[in-house]
This record gives sequence, C-alpha cells and structure tokens, in this order.
Amino acid sequence: MRMENHPVLEFQRGDKVTFFYNGTPMEGYTSETVAAALHSAGIRQLGHSQNLNRPRGLFCAIGNCSSCFMTVDGEPNVRICVTKVREGMKVEEQHGKGVVRL
Amino acid sequence: MIKDVEILVIGAGPAGLCAAKAAAGLGAQVLVCERDELPGGQLVKQTHKFFGSEKQHAGDRGYLIGQELVEEVTNNPNITLWTDTTVLGAYEDGIITCLHDEQHVKIRPQKTIIATGASEKFLMFPGNDLPGIYGAGAVQTLMNVAGVKPAERVVMVGAGNIGLIVSYQLLQAGVQVAAVVEAAPNIGGYLVHASKLRRAGVPIRTSYTVKEAFGKDTLEGVVIQALDEKWQPIAGTEETIECDTLCLAVGLTPLTEIAWQAGCDMAFIRELSGHVPILNDNLETTVPGIYVAGDADGIEEASAAMVEGRLAGCAAAGALGHDPEEAAKQVEAARADLDELRSGPTGGKIRAGIKKMHETKEAMNNAQ
Ligand SMILES: Cc1cc2nc3c(=O)[nH]c(=O)nc-3n(C[C@H](O)[C@H](O)[C@H](O)COP(=O)(O)OP(=O)(O)OC[C@H]3O[C@@H](n4cnc5c(N)ncnc54)[C@H](O)[C@@H]3O)c2cc1C
Repeated sequence: MRMENHPVLEFQRGDKVTFFYNGTPMEGYTSETVAAALHSAGIRQLGHSQNLNRPRGLFCAIGNCSSCFMTVDGEPNVRICVTKVREGMKVEEQHGKGVVRL
Repeated sequence: MIKDVEILVIGAGPAGLCAAKAAAGLGAQVLVCERDELPGGQLVKQTHKFFGSEKQHAGDRGYLIGQELVEEVTNNPNITLWTDTTVLGAYEDGIITCLHDEQHVKIRPQKTIIATGASEKFLMFPGNDLPGIYGAGAVQTLMNVAGVKPAERVVMVGAGNIGLIVSYQLLQAGVQVAAVVEAAPNIGGYLVHASKLRRAGVPIRTSYTVKEAFGKDTLEGVVIQALDEKWQPIAGTEETIECDTLCLAVGLTPLTEIAWQAGCDMAFIRELSGHVPILNDNLETTVPGIYVAGDADGIEEASAAMVEGRLAGCAAAGALGHDPEEAAKQVEAARADLDELRSGPTGGKIRAGIKKMHETKEAMNNAQ
C-alpha cells in the first residue's frame, strides 16, 4: 500500500505507468523501483530458490544481496530493488539461473 | 577509451560526499561514482533527528543533512557526480571499471577513495529465507524512500539504535510492532529511542532470540525463545508471535570487495564489525593512492563517516600537490575531530578496533 500521509515525509512519485507482472497489468510510478511497486500491490514473493524451490523475497533493498533477482524485459538476474519501473515493462519470475542475452 | 581523473570517490554516502567536497575545495578534480540513482547513502532514509555532537549536525534529520551535502557537491564545478554508476572492479594496473549509462567504462584515477559503506548482517535460524524477512534497512528504504507501507505487523530483531529507530519509524508509518527481540540482557541503543517505543506499548524482550520462522509462501509468524546468561536457549520458553514481517537489525559489516580486489592488506577485526583494510593515519591502505573512509573501514556513525571522508579527501588532494600546506592543516583538524567524536564511553569499541588494526599492521611489517 502506498502511504499518503506521513508525519515527517512527503513523497514525489513521478508519473503513473502500467507494467506487467507475470503478464498481469499493474500500476506503478516512474520514481518507484519494481520492488516498491510490487510491494505496494502486496506482492512479496518474487521467485523461488534454484535448488530447493523455496520462495524468495526482497532482503536488502539496496542492490547488495541478489535475493530479488527477476527477469525484466527478457533479461534475467535483474536486481528489481534498484530498477525503476517503466511504461510497458515486463517483469517475470525467473526460473533457474537464466540465460544472458548477448 | 580510458577516462583519466585526479581523484575517484566510490560511493556518495556521507563519507564519499565529504571526501569529494574536501578534495575539490583544495582544487582537485573529483569524480564520484554512486551506484544508486539517489546520492546520499544511508542518510536518504534517516527521518529521525541525528545523535552526535553539535558540530556534526546533531538534532538535524538525517535526510536533510544528506540533501545539503548533495547540493554542495552538485554545485561544485570541480566535482562530477555520476549516479546509477556501479564500480565493478579494481585492477593491478590501477584501472578501475564501472557501469555507467549501460557502458563499461575504464577509469585511471591518480587517487581513489573507497566509501562504499556497509551491508546488513544476517542471522541463522530455520526459515530465515522466507519472503517477509528483511534487513531493517530494507524496510526503512521501502517506507521512507518509496513511501510504501512495508508491513502490517512486524517483529524486530535487535535493540541497537537501528532496531529501535526503525521500529519507531514503522509505528509512524502505521505499522504494528509486535515486539523488539534482543539477545543481549540489555538494550544496546539510546534509551530515548527505547522509551519512545515503550510509551507506544511495544515490548522490548531482552535475553530473547528467534528460534524459527514459519509460513507457507511468505512469513506468517516466528517462534522466539529465552536465553540464559551463557546465551543458551532455555527449553520450554518458546512463544509464537504472528507477524507478516521480521526485520533483522543485528549489525552491519563493511563492504570491502573493491579493497580486496585492489590487493589492499585486510584483517578481521571484530570491533570494526568484519574484514577491514589496514590503514595509516591518512586513511590510506597498503596500496599507495587508495584510501578508505566511512563504514567501509569499520562500522561507526554518519558523523564519523563525514569526518573520515574529509580527512581522506584532504590527504589525497594534498598528496597530489593541491595546496599541501592547507591540506595538512585540514588533515590535522579532521584527526582532532575524530578523536573528539571517539572519546567517551560509546567510542570505546571503535578505539579498541583501530588499536587492533594498527597492531596488526605492525605485526605484518615485522613478519616481512
Ligand atoms: C536506521 C539507521 C539509523 C542511523 N542513525 C544514525 C544517527 O542518528 N547518527 C549517526 O551518526 N549515524 C546514524 N546511522 C549510521 C549512518 O547512516 C552510517 O554510518 C553512514 O551512512 C555511513 O556512511 P558511509 O558514507 O560510510 O556509507 P553509506 O551511507 O552506506 O554510503 C555508501 C554509498 O556507497 C554506494 N556504493 C556501494 N558500493 C558501490 C559501488 N560498487 N559502486 C558505486 N557506489 C557504491 C552505496 O550505494 C551508498 O550510497 C544510522 C544508520 C541506520 C541504518
């Protein structure tokens, strides 16, 4: 959920855009990361671990830990905690290690 | 193509920004690379009034201190600030590479100041990988930078300053804090923050730890357990707390990959919270021309990070021949400010850590 009234802060979110999460259209704002936009929609499970298939979510939110890897516009292993949403962006759960396009 | 720069600063947190400002003030040309889109480091999410001495901005809110620094750096013609730019590697021939504008850029700096900050520590317990378990800083980023309510009901692990402050900020964001769990018998953070939480009805459970976390797809609750004087779990004291979020505020550890890659001598020093580069009084590593400042050389506070940045910036600029006399004066002043910050009981740990670091350096020199 996006906060509207905060006792200390004001938030500038930028322009509203539509992006796709596993094919479903979602609302986001240009100054938001993919992680923030998914969290505001209550989506916290972002993927599964490669070997034991356990659910995976966000951990550090500043690009250190790689817990939040997803496939973005066909590119795997994108740290969605430091990637801004864009109009029409396709964000998908990643299965396995992913193949890097050359 | 290789980009030549006089001084490269890696990281635009309080340490990096102050390093850039100080070096540029003496006349050096500085390039700052920051991996985030927003410069300011940890300061961008600190909504509380800072602790520290008055000279070091006590009483100001962290994010406002950050904004002020960023403005000064942006307006300084001697400084170029590249955001969205991650430094990737440091090579034997002195080349440092980064990803800038989707391009792999090679930089040849005459001096480099590493100010990469820290990463959050993790805890071992069954279920610790469930979605809904975050570093406290992550929840703070979601809430204070993105403006997203990050949770409904939180259990916080750690009653140091970060655990206490983030718990209070969660309350401000309308999130329930079910409990703060602390393994030590005492609250580590400042009591002002602890009393604010207690007044709001949040229990602070000292001598307790997380036994396990459970949930199907995301976190549904945690089991906490009491610890005896020897920090061993006491059977039969387990309690289940339902929550959708568990925050870990169990300390930070320096981010030192670049120093390792550059071949700087490193040592594990518990008081500085991890592996740290061995530094001299100018904060220069054992690789000439590479300096480290801020949390990257030992976990301390923003106030100390700013002064360390200033020290390293002046030392580097002075060594390049920019107003060496003035540089030496400013280096002395920064050293004195650090001594003042680290005096008193809260500075004990950092003083012990730095002493150990110097002893390790001597031992290494003698062994050669
Ligand atoms: C909740 C909380 C409350 C706090 N409250 C206080 C307080 O009241 N008073 C106080 O004095 N201190 C406080 N601190 C501590 C303070 O914020 C930190 O000590 C300080 O920010 C450290 O500064 P730094 O510049 O060393 O690192 P950081 O602020 O972490 O900055 C490091 C920067 O480097 C960047 N970076 C990292 N790796 C790379 C790379 N490879 N390439 C490019 N850029 C990179 C990062 O993105 C980051 O912007 C608090 C911290 C937290 C988390």
